Amino acid sequence: MSDYILEMRNITKTFPGVKALDNVNLKVEKGKIHALVGENGAGKSTLMKVLSGVYPSGTYDGGIYFEENECHFKDINQSEDVGIVIIHQELALSPFLSIAENIFLGNERQSKQIMNWKETFSESKKLLDQVGLKDSPETAVMNIGVGKQQLVEIAKALSKNVKLLILDEPTAALNETDSENLLKLLNELKKQGITSILISHKLNEVSSISDSITILRDGQTVETIKTNEEKVSEDRIIKGMVGRELTSRFPQRVSEIGETIFEVKDWNVYHPAQRDRKVIDNVNMHIRRGEVVGIAGLMGAGRTELAMSIFGKAYGKKITGSLYKNGKEVTANTVSEAITNGIAYVSEDRKTYGLNLIDDIKRNITLANLKRISSNSIIDERKEITEAQFLREKLNIKTPTLEQVAGNLSGGNQQKIVLSKWIFTEPDILILDEPTRGIDVGAKFEIYSQINELAAEGMGVLVISSELPEVLGLSDRIYVMNEGRITGELDRGEADQESVMRYMAGAGGANNGNIN
Amino acid sequence: METLINLFRNNIRQYGMIIALVLITGLFWILTEGIIFNPLNLTNLILQNGFILVLAVGMVLVIITGNIDLSVGSVVAFVGAISGVLMINNNVPVVLAIILSLLVGALIGVWQGFWIAYIGIPSFIVTLAGMLIFRGLTLYLLDGQSLAPFPDSFGILSGGFLPDLFGSDGLHILTIILSGILSLVLIYMEFKNRKSQVQYNFEVIPLWITVTKLALLIYVINWFAYQLALNKGIPMVLVIVFVLIIIYTFIMNNTVMGRHIYATGGNKKAADLSGIKTKRVVFWVFVNNGVIAALAGLMFASRLDSATPAAGNMLELDAIAAVFIGGASMAGGVGTVIGAIVGGLVMGIMNNGMSLIGIGIDWQQAIKGMVLLLAVGFDVYNKNKAGNS
Repeated sequence: MSDYILEMRNITKTFPGVKALDNVNLKVEKGKIHALVGENGAGKSTLMKVLSGVYPSGTYDGGIYFEENECHFKDINQSEDVGIVIIHQELALSPFLSIAENIFLGNERQSKQIMNWKETFSESKKLLDQVGLKDSPETAVMNIGVGKQQLVEIAKALSKNVKLLILDEPTAALNETDSENLLKLLNELKKQGITSILISHKLNEVSSISDSITILRDGQTVETIKTNEEKVSEDRIIKGMVGRELTSRFPQRVSEIGETIFEVKDWNVYHPAQRDRKVIDNVNMHIRRGEVVGIAGLMGAGRTELAMSIFGKAYGKKITGSLYKNGKEVTANTVSEAITNGIAYVSEDRKTYGLNLIDDIKRNITLANLKRISSNSIIDERKEITEAQFLREKLNIKTPTLEQVAGNLSGGNQQKIVLSKWIFTEPDILILDEPTRGIDVGAKFEIYSQINELAAEGMGVLVISSELPEVLGLSDRIYVMNEGRITGELDRGEADQESVMRYMAGAGGANNGNIN
Repeated sequence: METLINLFRNNIRQYGMIIALVLITGLFWILTEGIIFNPLNLTNLILQNGFILVLAVGMVLVIITGNIDLSVGSVVAFVGAISGVLMINNNVPVVLAIILSLLVGALIGVWQGFWIAYIGIPSFIVTLAGMLIFRGLTLYLLDGQSLAPFPDSFGILSGGFLPDLFGSDGLHILTIILSGILSLVLIYMEFKNRKSQVQYNFEVIPLWITVTKLALLIYVINWFAYQLALNKGIPMVLVIVFVLIIIYTFIMNNTVMGRHIYATGGNKKAADLSGIKTKRVVFWVFVNNGVIAALAGLMFASRLDSATPAAGNMLELDAIAAVFIGGASMAGGVGTVIGAIVGGLVMGIMNNGMSLIGIGIDWQQAIKGMVLLLAVGFDVYNKNKAGNS
């Protein structure tokens, strides 16, 4: 008993119409790293919200025992008081304040409401040393990268004397190096006796770092695997998550590649704010009919910038170069011109750039091509419903009605809506930027199948992804980018992790131009 | 019963608004011992508050795009002054003067829309500046004096009534006929809508609820029309408001432009990346609001039969309050024309009712402020509750 820091017993939480958690049990050993995995909608976040008091005691059934005391948290402050701190996927830092101010936000070093700046800075320096962050505590948070911001969040948790640290998708927005550093840090904290609960979709991380893995599916605990008792492969975890064996993470496809449909020639783009900084440097590339082309590269290599500058110059200044479609030069100076010319771009950030979260599914789907459902600028709602219904079925968007508000759906369903929206514009060239970021294995497979289907219909598909296996698993051909240049072009046959990585590292490290 | 509760819960925003309207109407019905509903006062209520409703229609579009327009009160005064200078000082024919005045409104919209949409100055700042600029220009134009009187035909805009084609005495027959036609149209639309909901497997409201709802609505409309018919019939102001409601509801619900307005307010970045020219959308919404404010300005001047420097003072706040009481969101993307009208009616009935029972202007302001706060507070409370459950 005593070696469990946390026990959640028979937790049941119902929302109107849905049982989000059904008799879930979770036991976390003291001083260990415990992973929580499951598809989107499996109930991971709900469980953590129950634990941290976001859903106050009384709104759920079951018991929470922390260090053997039964707890009834009414809000998040009460759970933090006993040492449970949750770090959400969307970081809760104030961008204009300094690192030190952020660390002690809401927990200020003070006497009689007067800030004690000396202590604020000296204490935060100590905490930053502990998490291995070398930046000055006076730096404004907006001037450091996402990886470092994550470390600041952890330092903030440490300042609250955390005993149980919960991290929700901590590495989702991080590049490989930052992810590794973060995982190393978790191991360091473990040595200092801090227990962690890690929620992650990145199963390789989960299997390499955690001591136990609890799998949730449809609001129920499937099993808890101890990694010291059995060797855990990714496939083993996936099997538990989806409830069946996934024979392959990528659907089979026979590619039928036709003639070149799209070409980018001598493409140069400058940074919108720093006018003399070249973000894209003389890029040449082509896509053929029915081909899936991957773009690999580290964060800041210029992949998103390249895609968005092609898509109606939605990014960048002083853009030069030319675009050819079916051998003829086309102009795409605005987004609507790009859409008219058959280019579609699915953004990496569906909530900011993809969806109107307060509007319903059908209106989101039709937004980029209202011409198709209107005559003389008057919308034919029947046609809209029929078309949206068709795409909902084609992409298997799981919702009761088309009138559901997009903001209430899971990440996988939201991504499918964005994809539907761009399929609805009937593009010839479909650019997908991180099409499976933050979505679960099942939905990923469905999106991969869609990509294959679209290519089979004759579309040229360009896939930007930070997950190397994804790029390798999907693409017929891969361009590798580094610091705004294309450093390599590899066919399916010759590409493997190692060769792509080599080109990715290119002329050395890269840390510029990631847009937010 | 359960379906009814669910229905209510899911549409609490719309129903809440209507309940507020009913409660406030009921309250003043009791407080004024029914005077508020006597035919003469009902007509007055419309004549006094018509321009708030007109302004609310323009304002709701602005607010849906996530902007605000603080200048409309001053624009009302400025356009009133322009029309006065044209008609009274320069003998410009009434129709031409009206057209020129609306054009001035459009130009004001172009001016403000340019700074907001293309230069990127927050609308709060631009229209706050506009509020000062156009009030100042009004004072300059009128030299601090009132201009009066307008030509008689200009009075129709605010004081005219639809003629009674049947010339009966006592009861205005045309009014009764029009409300009958409106009732039939409403019944037809409701059932057409129902049919298509069934066809597309949408959730359909139980029939008895639809029927009850329609019956209540039609009763209210016909009763209202009957009261008006006992007086002088349908005022021109009501015709103007009604036409605006129809046009703008149609634009917002059924046209590409309407979609673009909602999309721009809902998520500007996503709208931009969907090929929507959001700058252009915001620009035209402000031009539109300029014209609407000009129309309200003409109605205001016509009602007072003079152009005065203090015209439309604080009217922008009534219009903005109406839109928010009507369920729009400060963040943009949410709101309806009908909601704004209901909000405007809440404001109008309060103005009228409080005057009837002799509450001074001091307490009128304070009470209207409280109602705005409570209405939006109720809305926010419900949204939070929905978000947590």
